[in-house]
Amino acid sequence: MKIHEYQGKEILRNFGVAVPEGEMATTLEQAYTAADQLFSSGHKAVVVKAQIHAGGRGKGGGVKVVKTLEDAAAASKAILGMQLVTHQTGPHGQRVRRLLIEAGSQIDRELYLGLVLDRASARVVFMASQAGGMEIEDVAHETPEKIFKEYVDPAIGFQPYQARKLAFKLGLQPSQIGEATKCMMGMYRAFMDSDCSLMEINPFITTQDKKLLALDCKMTFDDNAMFRHKLLRELRDITEEDPLEVEASKYALNYIKLEGSIACMVNGAGLAMATMDIIKYAGGSPANFLDVGGGASQEQIENAFGILLSDPNVKAIFINIFGGILRVDVLAQGVVNAARNLNVTLPIVLRLEGTNVEEGRKIIADSGLNFQVGSTMKEAADLVVAAAKSTLRRED
Amino acid sequence: MSVLVGKGTRLIVQGITGREGSFHARGCADYGTKVVGGVTPGKGGITFEGWPVFNTVEEAVHETGANATVIFVPPPAAADGILEAVAAGIPLIVCITEGIPVLDMVRVWEVVKNSKSRLIGPNCPGVISPGKAKIGIMPGLIHKEGSVGIVSRSGTLTYEAVYQLSERGIGQSTAIGIGGDPIVGTTHVDALKLLNEDPDTEAIVMIGEIGGTNEEAAAEYIREHVKKPVVGFIAGQTAPPGRRMGHAGAIISGGEGTAQSKMDAMRAAGIHVVVSPSEIGETMQRVMGK
Repeated sequence: MKIHEYQGKEILRNFGVAVPEGEMATTLEQAYTAADQLFSSGHKAVVVKAQIHAGGRGKGGGVKVVKTLEDAAAASKAILGMQLVTHQTGPHGQRVRRLLIEAGSQIDRELYLGLVLDRASARVVFMASQAGGMEIEDVAHETPEKIFKEYVDPAIGFQPYQARKLAFKLGLQPSQIGEATKCMMGMYRAFMDSDCSLMEINPFITTQDKKLLALDCKMTFDDNAMFRHKLLRELRDITEEDPLEVEASKYALNYIKLEGSIACMVNGAGLAMATMDIIKYAGGSPANFLDVGGGASQEQIENAFGILLSDPNVKAIFINIFGGILRVDVLAQGVVNAARNLNVTLPIVLRLEGTNVEEGRKIIADSGLNFQVGSTMKEAADLVVAAAKSTLRRED
Repeated sequence: MSVLVGKGTRLIVQGITGREGSFHARGCADYGTKVVGGVTPGKGGITFEGWPVFNTVEEAVHETGANATVIFVPPPAAADGILEAVAAGIPLIVCITEGIPVLDMVRVWEVVKNSKSRLIGPNCPGVISPGKAKIGIMPGLIHKEGSVGIVSRSGTLTYEAVYQLSERGIGQSTAIGIGGDPIVGTTHVDALKLLNEDPDTEAIVMIGEIGGTNEEAAAEYIREHVKKPVVGFIAGQTAPPGRRMGHAGAIISGGEGTAQSKMDAMRAAGIHVVVSPSEIGETMQRVMGK
């Protein structure tokens, strides 16, 4: 689960990490009041920042530094409600519904601090770099020696000496080491307490008067741990998510929207990915990832169908089920019911195998509906790619 | 001989009175696995479908002589269930549970790696040696006794591979589902070591997916140590970066974990990499000259 920058900063502040003064605004009035307060309390500059769940906001025009209240109002008006396009939003961009109105800072140096799970060592790793303000993936790729790492022993946690080591490697001055250590220890505690899967402060800055500040904050939580974080769950902003994915999550369906024209319904994540792959291999393009899970009921199948059909790009449907726990006859009945209830006119290609497959195939054959059945994954993939093409031709 | 499971396996089921636990306890027993009891805290002393139920794993091991456990405990308590099994000294722990918080697994792994227990999973289908025994949730009937070992991060994709092999008359020695989470107790490399040293395994199918660098490490291991032919497939060639594809561990992040990187490493190690998942069976048939 992702959260907004302003929400992440609020969490960091509670753990003793220094962040700029600021307030979130959903209306121009709120933005104006917040900016007015900052200027009145003596700040020389204010930053108006678009709050969306994607990086690269500055380059896309979603961040503006202003020196007067009038400019703050103008910047807020320009950004709030805009369709912000960044390298992470896709070409359609993301509508800006919230702003962060924040005190401007006199930046001296831009650094990077981050926490992430290192899968190879099965440990949390604290990363620091002097190359702040840049895409850290690029730094890691081109100049990995510029990223310093401290691995955390899970038995004792991140230690102050590790924070000091990183702070000195960042080239901070002796007078700043204490504050930097405090920030890093706070970040680590926030990471563990909130069950984060990723936390990045980029940039973490030193100001011209030698202070340290977290100027940005990216925080992602482990979905699997959200059952034990009631307060964090309330931070979810579903307007930032794909509406079909939100709908699917209500039914505990594992659905990810993609750009192609062939909808897929599969049981099991690995087989679902492999099904997308084989569609591509057959010359088509998958419209989604959908894992209906090991124990899907007929109702669940109908819900899944509803979601697949809500995607206007879909020209054909590929159902690939390997019945283990999920019995093929249950699935087949669910498909037949859904196709009838939802009046499905798009071509449906099935590939069924596993437990009770004969009963399942009979249900499909006796339904009188227009299904095609492939006997192997490859044959079914070829059939569905051809079906999608013929739908497209009909529409033309 | 078989890897991990066999006629000597004495299995307990943690969470045996739950829906999943009871269903699959029966499934394992029907396949021929010696299921000797189960654990459900608070229900110790009862007999459930003929099996004695205990309050603690320690007690179950003491009373039944169990040497393996399969865990169906729900995610909030599953990490604790693994730790309890380790503390009871069980040599083989198979954790089926999907959805364990990854920071729980960081702590668990620290304990498991310094113990004598082997952990398979979590978020896995388990282990099967066809014709002998199974610990897990895979459908037994698609399997066939034989000499191909399988290691995979995915459940149904493993069944797919098994099915393609069995259809061609190619049986399996042992299929190990290592699990789809970012941290698993047995990695591709660990499983490959077992299959490589197993005299009953003549060839290996290795199935990976996007996320992490486990497959790259496995390719390196195969290049250096494995003489048996290996057929490989990586799922998620069309997956977009930054999105979790169902499995908690199936995500391309920070430029790491792409299918391309894994397939390149595997090809460089001499593995017969198939681009399409439907070619696993026929490729193995060709490689084995059958």
